[in-house]
Amino acid sequence: MSQFAINLIFVGASFALYIGIAIWARAGTTRDFYVAGGGVHPVMNGMATAADWMSAASFISMAGLIAAGGYANSTFLMGWTGGYVLLAMLLAPYLRKFGKFTVPEFIGDRFYSSGARLVAVTCLIIASVTYVIGQMTGAGVAFSRFLEVESDTGLMIAAVVVFLYAVMGGMKGITYTQVAQYVVLIIAYTIPAVFISLQLTGNPIPAFGLFSEHTESGMPLLAKLDQVVNELGFRDYTADVSNKLNMVLFTLSLMIGTAGLPHVIIRFFTVPKVADARWSAGWALVFIALLYLTAPAVASMARLNLLNTIYPDGPTADAIKYDERPDWIQTWEQTGLIQFEDKNNDGRIQLYNDSAEFAETASQRGWNGNELSVNNDILVLANPEIANLPPWVVGLIAAGGLAAALSTAAGLLLAISSAISHDLIKGSINPKISERGELRAARISMAVAIVVATWLGMNPPGFAAQVVALAFGIAAASIFPALMMGIFSTRVNNKGAIAGMLAGLLSTVIYIFIYLGWLFIPGTNNLANTPDNWLLGISPLSFGAVGAVINFAVAFTVSAMTEKPPKEIQELVESVRYPRGAGVATGH
Amino acid sequence: MADDKSIAQAYWKANLRLIAGCLVIWALSSYGFGILFRPWLAGISIGGTDLGFWFAQQGSILTFIALIFFYAWKMNQLDKRFGVNEE
Repeated sequence: MSQFAINLIFVGASFALYIGIAIWARAGTTRDFYVAGGGVHPVMNGMATAADWMSAASFISMAGLIAAGGYANSTFLMGWTGGYVLLAMLLAPYLRKFGKFTVPEFIGDRFYSSGARLVAVTCLIIASVTYVIGQMTGAGVAFSRFLEVESDTGLMIAAVVVFLYAVMGGMKGITYTQVAQYVVLIIAYTIPAVFISLQLTGNPIPAFGLFSEHTESGMPLLAKLDQVVNELGFRDYTADVSNKLNMVLFTLSLMIGTAGLPHVIIRFFTVPKVADARWSAGWALVFIALLYLTAPAVASMARLNLLNTIYPDGPTADAIKYDERPDWIQTWEQTGLIQFEDKNNDGRIQLYNDSAEFAETASQRGWNGNELSVNNDILVLANPEIANLPPWVVGLIAAGGLAAALSTAAGLLLAISSAISHDLIKGSINPKISERGELRAARISMAVAIVVATWLGMNPPGFAAQVVALAFGIAAASIFPALMMGIFSTRVNNKGAIAGMLAGLLSTVIYIFIYLGWLFIPGTNNLANTPDNWLLGISPLSFGAVGAVINFAVAFTVSAMTEKPPKEIQELVESVRYPRGAGVATGH
Repeated sequence: MADDKSIAQAYWKANLRLIAGCLVIWALSSYGFGILFRPWLAGISIGGTDLGFWFAQQGSILTFIALIFFYAWKMNQLDKRFGVNEE
């Protein structure tokens, strides 16, 4: 059977499963649509949260980023998991007790201000829309490679599938689909990793293989990798970083951004009890960790495998001939994600670090510049081919990558549509809307959001990498501090909250725009995006944490200078702190 | 809502203490061992590298999981002791 047919079977079967689940879990009420009826078991919810959270970025890009950056990019591992500790202790149980459908609703009620609710809705929509673009383009790339269709066609297929199960089932359909998607994506991620770990270290568990012995050389795997990259002029894989402030702030931004992303928070509204929200965060992290503990192993092993493929006789000997390159390089050359240019016309592929320090060694070896550019994203997708794994593993990876992109897209689309139908339409435009009318409005906004996301996925605004920084920056600097102050302070009032959110949001957005261009329009940046220009060496990606501090400071100062919140609000704050009497989540 | 205000306040204080303790460990395992104190942990080697690298790539994640389950278990006890648990 051809690889194409195998891919088709794996992807087709997984899609049939998702749609089957959606038909079984149709939403009949707004409670079904927004919070899946409120009866999801914590372990089940943990699994759905894991699929919701782990996007195309976690599945496809993260291992590649770590492979390229080594120790320095551990920030993604710590940052994208550490937020769950904050969720479990600082947000999820109290928001569950508050018992409403959406995040802006809590902010609007707690700060007794429709202005605060509108600011929150705006932040939510900007953060979620920017984030969803990446998921749609990710799905397009996976489709075009594995199903051999145009990337736009692939995107359309993905959109139709999401439309079918998200619009029909709402949160209820999405929850059970995400459980299935989690199973697909974790199997797809671990099976190739187990094979590769066995090949390189003889250890079947990749997370342990990372710290085991490299069978071929008898050295520890990481020491071997350090040695190989060193020979090619790269920094040691495990080398420490010099700018620790930036590493700390980047990790912190990713943590509080994770805890502040609305599509993750609303997952905790679906469990029956407050205690379940706490357990559920733990289960979510267990399921996330299964992938996140494997990812660093995949990263180092893939990097080693790649360099061994290019330099079969070691990094100081001759590289392979271009004509004798393996099939997977040819396949990926067609997608443009691998590019080769024979700069010294020796017919061989040289891959090394084209830096000033290494220039002398390179010219001694007759090298005339790095000849192979490899996109980070192919590491996971091409891993099975690099390690010569059987064709069905490739089909599995295709289904897993799509599951990761689609589950996150669905979660984001639900957060967007509930903000529009519940916070904008029912909350401000037409409060008297009937239950049926609101459910219809929710489905229509979901459909519109899918169309917009698909269009943006086909015509990405050319800043796909930067938008993730923006989404995290906004969540970290505006939503997370507002929620935290809403729970932990009885003193912060409406004026303080609005001033704080605006200050955090604007400072972060402006800092990002100064380096990356106003509204990301190329050429409009005021300063070049290099470490020398950054304020105290803080990169635009890491500024969300600073924005959050600004938010807290402004909110407390303004609140201290203005009146106390009304008595009933102080009582509301105290009531969310105690689990008793939580009841079910409602919209009224 | 707890019936007695002083009980409610004692419950909240106990919760805050627990959170503070957990967050210290949270920060120590990631920002501490994983990033800032890494040079001082360089002498402790593990699998071809040092302990700080392990904390940055795996140890902090395992610590986070243990922390959340410990917190959830401890809070269940507090809920019951102060009588604010859900039936």
